[in-house]
Amino acid sequence: MNTLKFITAGNVDDGKSTLIGRLLYDSNSISTDHLGVLASTNEIGQETIDLALITDGLRAEREQGITIDVAYKYFATERRKFIIADAPGHQQYTRNMVTAASVSDLIIILIDARKGITEQTKRHAAVASLMGIKKVIVAINKMDLIGYDVAVYEEIKRGFEGLNKQFNFSELIYIPISALNGDNIVSLSSNTHWYKGKPLLEVLETVEVDTQLENNARFQVQWVIRPQTKGYLDYRGYAGAVLSGDFNLGDHVRILPSNISAQIIGIEKNLQSVDKAVAGENVVLHFDADIDISRGDTIFLDIEDAPITGNQLNSWISWLDNQALQLGKTYILQHRFHSVRVKIKSINKKWDVNTLEFLPAQELQLNDIAQISLQTNQPLHYDAFATNSKTGNAILIDETSYDTVGALMFL
Amino acid sequence: MKESNYLETLEQEAIYILRETAAQFEKPALLFSGGKDSIVLVHLALKAFRPGKFPFPLVHIDTGHNFPEALAFRDKLVSEIGEELIVGHVTDSIKKYNLKETQGRFPSRNALQAYTLLDTIESHGFDACIGGARRDEEKARAKERIFSLRDDFGQWDPKLQRPELWDIYNGRMQQGHNTRVFPISNWTELDIWNYIKANNIELPGLYFAHERECIEYNDKLIALSSFTPATLGDNVIKTQVRYRTVGDMTCTAAVASSAVTIDDIIEDIKQSRISERGQTRLDDLLSEAAMEDRKKKGYF
Repeated sequence: MNTLKFITAGNVDDGKSTLIGRLLYDSNSISTDHLGVLASTNEIGQETIDLALITDGLRAEREQGITIDVAYKYFATERRKFIIADAPGHQQYTRNMVTAASVSDLIIILIDARKGITEQTKRHAAVASLMGIKKVIVAINKMDLIGYDVAVYEEIKRGFEGLNKQFNFSELIYIPISALNGDNIVSLSSNTHWYKGKPLLEVLETVEVDTQLENNARFQVQWVIRPQTKGYLDYRGYAGAVLSGDFNLGDHVRILPSNISAQIIGIEKNLQSVDKAVAGENVVLHFDADIDISRGDTIFLDIEDAPITGNQLNSWISWLDNQALQLGKTYILQHRFHSVRVKIKSINKKWDVNTLEFLPAQELQLNDIAQISLQTNQPLHYDAFATNSKTGNAILIDETSYDTVGALMFL
Repeated sequence: MKESNYLETLEQEAIYILRETAAQFEKPALLFSGGKDSIVLVHLALKAFRPGKFPFPLVHIDTGHNFPEALAFRDKLVSEIGEELIVGHVTDSIKKYNLKETQGRFPSRNALQAYTLLDTIESHGFDACIGGARRDEEKARAKERIFSLRDDFGQWDPKLQRPELWDIYNGRMQQGHNTRVFPISNWTELDIWNYIKANNIELPGLYFAHERECIEYNDKLIALSSFTPATLGDNVIKTQVRYRTVGDMTCTAAVASSAVTIDDIIEDIKQSRISERGQTRLDDLLSEAAMEDRKKKGYF
């Protein structure tokens, strides 16, 4: 059993919350006391529970009638554990969708069968593609309201195929559903006998999750373990994350920025010695030489391609702050465990995610997406985000408020 | 894929977050309640930092209404792992600030606990507090970040939380602010128990079925104790119970259960359609937004 993290995206009225409610409810993942709370908000005499209310959490939100943040929901079947990052559909909360997409392997894009592809559909697909999501389920919802008409389904499918030429999705799955009635959610519906695919839950259970195992080996040092206590006076272990590929005992590696080579003479995982560490694991490495290695250093295999090293780089940016981006102002760039100071030199082009057009731009506001050039005060050791989604990304932080103001995907 | 694969993903994520906390903050602390979630946190910290010492002390906010079994277990665990324990006493805050105790039959010191927590944070200068809260526990927690920012009053405002992208955590903050860190955010109650089983983690006996004298109160079973004596008209029964959560004796209900092994408990939870807090916490039942309100005031 493994885990699938996914995000659901749709307009406010596309039935997104109903769909999540349905998945939780039908997989027995919603507790009766939570349902009790939902029932108490229902009108008297209303017999069905409001599935949408399952995902609407805070009182402040219910009063305002919006979801103001990303909510995480959990459910499990015999085959998989699922983590849903539920991002709101409102335009002003695109930054939350960026956040939710950044932690997801897959996106479910909901389309109201009556409305077809809208600007928001494009935006959701664009953001998912920008954030490196490769797998997409296009759930065409409210099929019950159009009499389960296959022609409508086919038209939306053709429309999305056309859109996909601009994106880089590796897997696209179309499912006609009614979240409210449960058509094609857990089991195939007799209302859509023309649909030959799997129901949504089965797709979620069986879709393959991308791993970083095949990529070049990359390790970043997170924390140095030096107990200097009796019995461990000479112990010096470098705890960190294997971000991609694998490292084996005896491997010759190179350490950046010092550019010194060393041999791995020990790997510990969960306090046990192991021969190999793979992407996704947090291990402690030991080297043959007494080298000065610190938090944030990058380690790669000597026989493989080195990461890019440089202090002038081009990047995608998703601007997340209420204050506009300022050219020439110094920000902090946090490249996982390594932080540097950075200035944005130029905004090269802005991407209008509603029309998917590139436009010239002088400034970036909240929710804007653009390509920029930046300069750091120390070299970064990175890969392009398209090649390696674990070493090609960073966050931008305001130096005075310390808020996270931008998401960077290096070009 | 083997069964343990998803537990390993959760474990690796938690170890990563613990090390990140150690690296980014000057003076972190691990909030230890004595419950199963914080016991799992301690176990994860061993995996993250051994053979080194923990880069933080354990901090227990003692309400004065704890189960004696939980306190004994706490002290035993701390001496076994040889780490520092700091205890903040709610009774001290009650005296110091002349706080008014919650009234009622089964009063909770939850609201008062926040004073002690914030005092302890301030007097020791902690800039980050690691906690065992999980997003599946309660609605107000479903929207919680891994690094959750609190203002000078320990307050949480959902609208002010930073976007948290990928697994890149930003722990920078203004003087006086504090970060709460939740390494097991993505775990569910069932995940916790599967992990306890897979790693043979020892727990206080309270979690397993035992015989206890309980007051039947509405549909809940409250252990008979000096904090919760029987009153006239109470129906007191001696029965097999276990605790699904371990909070204060005054406001944590027992569950009728014959589960004596971890496997029994896992089966119990799989069958249960009631959330753990809903089944056992009288304090959460007060109102629909009880947790949201407490969190805003600086509760974990």
